[in-house]
Amino acid sequence: MGMKTLYLLVPLAPLAGAILAGFFGNILGRTGSHTVTSIGVAIAFILSVVIFQDVQAGHVFNGTVYTWMESGGLKLEVGFLIDQLTVLMMMVVSFVSLMVHIYTIGYMAHDEDNWPAGSLAGTNSYQRFFSYISLFTFSMLMLVMANNFVQLFFGWEAVGLVSYLLIGFWSVRPTAIYANLKAFLVNRVGDFGFLLGIALIAAYAGSLDYATVFAKRNELAAITELVTGWPLITAICICLFIGAMGKSAQFPLHVWLPDSMEGPTPISALIHAATMVTAGIFMVSRMSPLFELSDTALSFVIVIGAITCLFMALIAIVQTDIKRVVAYSTLSQLGYMTMALGASAYSVAIFHLMTHAFFKAVLFLGAGSVIIAMHHEQDMRRMGGLRKYMPITYATMLIGALANAGLPPFAGFFSKDSIIEAVHLAQVPGAGFAYFCALAAVFVGGLYSFRLIFFTFYGKERFREAAHDAHGHDAHHDDHGHHGAAEPHETPKVVTVPLILLSIPAVAAGWLIGTILYGKWFGDSIVIGEAHKGVETMAEEFHGVFAMMLHGVTTLPFWLAISGAATAWFLYIMRPDLPAVIKQKSGVLAIILEEKYGFDRFNDWFFAGGARLIGRGLWKGGDEAVIDGVMVNGSAGAVGWISGLVRLFQTGRIYQYAFSMIFGVFALLTLWFNRA
Amino acid sequence: MISLSHYLILAALLFAIGMVGIFLNRKNLIVLLMAIELMLLAVNLNFVAFSHYLNDLSGQLFVFFILVVAAAESGIGLAILVVLFRNLSSIDVEELDTLKG
Repeated sequence: MGMKTLYLLVPLAPLAGAILAGFFGNILGRTGSHTVTSIGVAIAFILSVVIFQDVQAGHVFNGTVYTWMESGGLKLEVGFLIDQLTVLMMMVVSFVSLMVHIYTIGYMAHDEDNWPAGSLAGTNSYQRFFSYISLFTFSMLMLVMANNFVQLFFGWEAVGLVSYLLIGFWSVRPTAIYANLKAFLVNRVGDFGFLLGIALIAAYAGSLDYATVFAKRNELAAITELVTGWPLITAICICLFIGAMGKSAQFPLHVWLPDSMEGPTPISALIHAATMVTAGIFMVSRMSPLFELSDTALSFVIVIGAITCLFMALIAIVQTDIKRVVAYSTLSQLGYMTMALGASAYSVAIFHLMTHAFFKAVLFLGAGSVIIAMHHEQDMRRMGGLRKYMPITYATMLIGALANAGLPPFAGFFSKDSIIEAVHLAQVPGAGFAYFCALAAVFVGGLYSFRLIFFTFYGKERFREAAHDAHGHDAHHDDHGHHGAAEPHETPKVVTVPLILLSIPAVAAGWLIGTILYGKWFGDSIVIGEAHKGVETMAEEFHGVFAMMLHGVTTLPFWLAISGAATAWFLYIMRPDLPAVIKQKSGVLAIILEEKYGFDRFNDWFFAGGARLIGRGLWKGGDEAVIDGVMVNGSAGAVGWISGLVRLFQTGRIYQYAFSMIFGVFALLTLWFNRA
Repeated sequence: MISLSHYLILAALLFAIGMVGIFLNRKNLIVLLMAIELMLLAVNLNFVAFSHYLNDLSGQLFVFFILVVAAAESGIGLAILVVLFRNLSSIDVEELDTLKG
């Protein structure tokens, strides 16, 4: 088998799994479906490792496998660009996806309970779910392996589609339908920018192939865009970044991500934390040759990243839904990655993407495990004291939280510290603001991560009271046992094994920092301009993993994270009465945070309400009044009205007819005789 | 000496009387039929006058045809009138307006 066949097999194996489970799920049954999809993804993972080693040996591939069509000078092709950046993404995507496949076997085991009894959709929802997540894996792999913009866009839209399908997977819940529509619409806004960026590239570079476009980048940089008068490269980069803002949920297009938690938890882990939302980060890194030419675009990127990073972290403090806390922490971490992109530290962003994929998958899957144990209760106020009931989930989530807070020696420390350092060294306008946000977000990150841990696993066992309350309400018909005071129990092995497997890289992935960041590992896949030397400076100062950890504990970010954790400990263990008091005292501030800065409200009022208003106006004014009223019914009405006038002449009286005949003859004769 | 134009003027007068009779008459359907007869007779008078002054008998021949057709037409008209009267108990022209749209 040539390498090209292997490259093709990587995305096609999950696709085959998706097709089998999707179209033949009823024949294969539940076991058959999860086996076939898991095997497909496992093949993709194993081949990714093989390809990884091949790339390590220096075999970078860039070629077309299939020409879809040629239109004018524009070629639309399916092609692969396999280099260090791609292969790292392939490994991360296929590994996390494989873990999520296994985890899903446990999580979705009783999915028919989530559907109305006897509904057709509920009978094969299990198979359908596996089909979707395999389809997602295929789409994401196509996205990262693309060597041209068309395929990138295909993957981009395909992951968006699967995300839509999965957020609204439980389609009988109105909130899920609202959330998936919202995700789809917000992503459309981003995709519009993305498409404009691709169109600009096609128009000015005359090609959609990465290599061709990058080869022309200096020509492109010299062009000024005709309409706006901006430098073309800045316009392209900002348009592309708007696409990334949609997919990677950057401010102000972040609103869809917290709502996407309506989907089943494995999806939150796979799509809305570990892989799909990082597509924007990946895309900007892939476009590094273009972004490096525009300091304006980089400045825009770093400021957006900084805003997302700090302000979304603040919201995480006030959330009580366990999944939403993790969702807002994802937003904050995505903000870090975006900041790194803006600081020209693409490799650092990808490194954080990788470590984040692991520890955020752990956090999400751990949250899912807690949710299973609590019988689909997601409110942290009804948890507490779970650590002695579910020790494995507790241990893995603690690792995830430590990594999320950025404490050594966990993976998050290395990547997050590198980002902060890169932002510190960045020269683009806005970097100072970003550095401040990054430092503040470290404190907030420590706070919300440990708030989650303390709230869920420590303190009073509040679920007993909750269960008691439920008894009070459901006293008459509480016979199916879910609301009873059942003891929480550790989840089955299909759930805990992926957690353990994922928590290994969540600890250890950071130790690869020397190789990945400072060993020129990315080769030519990432281009950094002469003026942006942040990563080079960091490489000079890097003296091994242990030196970095030792140095780390003496720097500000470490102590900020520790103090964040300590604050969480003080507020939620020492004085659990205090948060309520603080909330009361802070008044408006607490309301602003709980309202999530009012974005949802504003969007609902302005965009959704505005769209409905325009729609109503066009319906009532345009369709009913103008088209129906004036054009269709109006012309018929005019004919009727004129006929009504004319019929008055037809009186039925002979003498009037006779008179008009005679008058007519007289008039005609007069005309006849007087004709010139 | 009576010239052609005297005849023609007389015929035109008779025709005009008949015509006015059709659309001024608001009362009686029989008057309407009589007015039509009068108009036909005026035309006949024209035929006879031209026939005499042009020395052409075919004009007078035509008059016989017209008289026959007019008699038949009057017969049918009077028959309709009788049926109408039976149905409506009225031959008032003013009330006969069912032909309107």
